[in-house]
Amino acid sequence: MPAYSEKVMDHFMNPRNVGEIKDADGIGEVGNPVCGDMMTFYIKVKDNHLEDVKFQTFGCGAAVAVSSITSEMAKGKTLEEAVKITPALVAKELEGLPKNKYHCSNLGAQALQEAIRDYAKKKGIKIEGLQEKGGEDEEGEECEVC
Amino acid sequence: MGNEQKAGRRVYLDNMATTPVLPAVLETMLPYFRDVYGNPQSIHSWGDEAREAIEKAREQVAALVGGEAEEVIFTSSGTEANNLAIKGLAQGQAAKGKHVIISAIEHFSVLHAARTLEKAGFEITELPVNKYGLVDPDEVARAIKKETILVSVMHANGEVGTIEPIAEIARRIKQAGVLFHTDAVASTGSIPVDVQKLGVDALSLAGNEFYGPKGSGALWVRKRVRLIPLMDGGVQEGGRRPGTENVPAIVGMGKAAELAFKEMSSRTERLSRLRDKLIKGLPAAIGHVLVTGHPTERLPQHASFCIEFIEGEGMLLLLDSQGIAVSSGSACTSKALKASHVLIAMGLPHEMAQGSLLFGLGADNNEADIDYVLEKLPPIVDRLRQMSPLYAKFIKEKRG
Repeated sequence: MPAYSEKVMDHFMNPRNVGEIKDADGIGEVGNPVCGDMMTFYIKVKDNHLEDVKFQTFGCGAAVAVSSITSEMAKGKTLEEAVKITPALVAKELEGLPKNKYHCSNLGAQALQEAIRDYAKKKGIKIEGLQEKGGEDEEGEECEVC
Repeated sequence: MGNEQKAGRRVYLDNMATTPVLPAVLETMLPYFRDVYGNPQSIHSWGDEAREAIEKAREQVAALVGGEAEEVIFTSSGTEANNLAIKGLAQGQAAKGKHVIISAIEHFSVLHAARTLEKAGFEITELPVNKYGLVDPDEVARAIKKETILVSVMHANGEVGTIEPIAEIARRIKQAGVLFHTDAVASTGSIPVDVQKLGVDALSLAGNEFYGPKGSGALWVRKRVRLIPLMDGGVQEGGRRPGTENVPAIVGMGKAAELAFKEMSSRTERLSRLRDKLIKGLPAAIGHVLVTGHPTERLPQHASFCIEFIEGEGMLLLLDSQGIAVSSGSACTSKALKASHVLIAMGLPHEMAQGSLLFGLGADNNEADIDYVLEKLPPIVDRLRQMSPLYAKFIKEKRG
C-alpha cells in the first residue's frame, strides 16, 4: 500500500464535493481510463466566483484525494484566483504525495482549469492567468498514471 | 490507516503474495537459528548436523515434486530459481542455439530474465494466451525451430489462477529435444506437481507459497542437464548455487513441503469449496463483475475478478480499512504503474484490467471470512462507482 499522508487518507475515505452538477456552467475532463485515472470537474459560476465545484473520479486513492482537495480549494474563489491553483499547491495542501503518485496532483489542477476554460469559451470571456489549452499532452502515448 | 480496523475482524486473503508460516514449520526452524549454527560445509559435528538437516529438507522437497533429492538446488526465492533456470539453462545450451520460447503471462522473474538474455544476443519468442490465460500446446510446437534450446511455460499463473497444460506441451515438444522449464511457484504445494508426469527438465518453486518461510526457494533440474550458475563461489549445491546455505529457511521449506504433500487433498477440498463460494457469490452480490482465469482449470485457492468502472487501489484501501487483505493487478497498485501484463495478454481492455481483484485463500480462512467479504465488498464497490465518471457515463447511456 502506498504511504499516504493522513490528509490524503482523510480525503480518500471522506471525499468532499463528489458528484455531478446537472446544469454546470463549465465541465472539464482529463485523463484516460486506459491509463488508470480519469477526472471530471463541474463548476457553477456566480458573480465571477466558483459558487459550486463537484467532481467524479476514476482512479487510485491519490486521484480521489487530489480531486477532493482541489474542489475544496477552488470553491468560493474568483475565477482569477482559481486558475492559480497549481499541482504543487494541491500536493502541498495534501501534506505531500508519494513520489510515484505526484502526477495525480497535475490531473486535479488540470481538470479544474479545463472546466474554467470551458466556461470562458462558452461565455466568450478572457480570464487573467488562464492558460491557453496546454499542459496535458493529448497525443501522449505514455500514461501519467496516478 | 483507518482506526476502526484495529479491533475488528482481520481477514488475510492475499496468500498468492505469500502464505503465513505454519506454527509446525516455525517450530522446526527455530533450533537452526539457536542451536544448530554450524556451516553445512564444515568438517565437524556442528557442520554435520546442519548438513544432515538440509539433506533431509532436500528429500522432503524432492518428494513433493516427484524428483530425486540430488536434483534439488536450494535458492533464496522463486525469483532466483526462475533466473537460474532461464539464464543458467540457456547459457548452458548456447552452443546448440540461442532461441528461447516463453509465454506472455510469465512472472517478471522469467519475463525479465528472458529480456536480459535478449540483450545478450538470444532470440526470445513470447507466446500469446487465450482469454482464459491458456497457452496453446500447438503454438508452442509451431514456435520451435532449429535454434530453439529452451521452452519455459508456467505451471499455474498467480494472477488469474489458470493451470497450463504442461504435460501436453511436453508431449508436443519432446521430439525437438529442447529443454522444458516450468515456473511452478504458484502451484507447488497446492496441486499435485510431479516432474515425471509433467515431463519437464526443470521446475521452480518457493517455500513461502506453501506455508514455508520467505527467503526459501528451489530449482529442480533433471540429472545431467547442463546449468551455468548465476554466481561464482564455492561448492555449495554442487557448485550450482554457491554461498553458505540458509539452513533455517531450507529446513522450514522442507517441513512445509512434507506437510503440503501429506495434507494436499484435504487442503484442496477445503480451499476449493471456499473458492467456489466466492466465485459464485461475488458476481451475485455485485453487478458488472468478470471472473478472470479459467472456469475449471484453476488453482484451488485462487479467485480473481475484474470489477467494472472502478480502479483496484481504491478497493484495496477501503477493504483494508475493513480488515481485509487482497491484491490487484491495476496500474495504480503496481510500483511500475502499469496494468497487469497478464490481463492485457488475455485480451482484457486496459480500463477493465484497472478494476482487478485477486483473492488467495489460505489455511487460516473459513466460510465466515468469505461471508465477511461478500458483506463488505458490495458497499465499497458501490461507493467507488458513485464517484466514477465511467459509471455515470454507463448509466446515462443505458438510460439512452
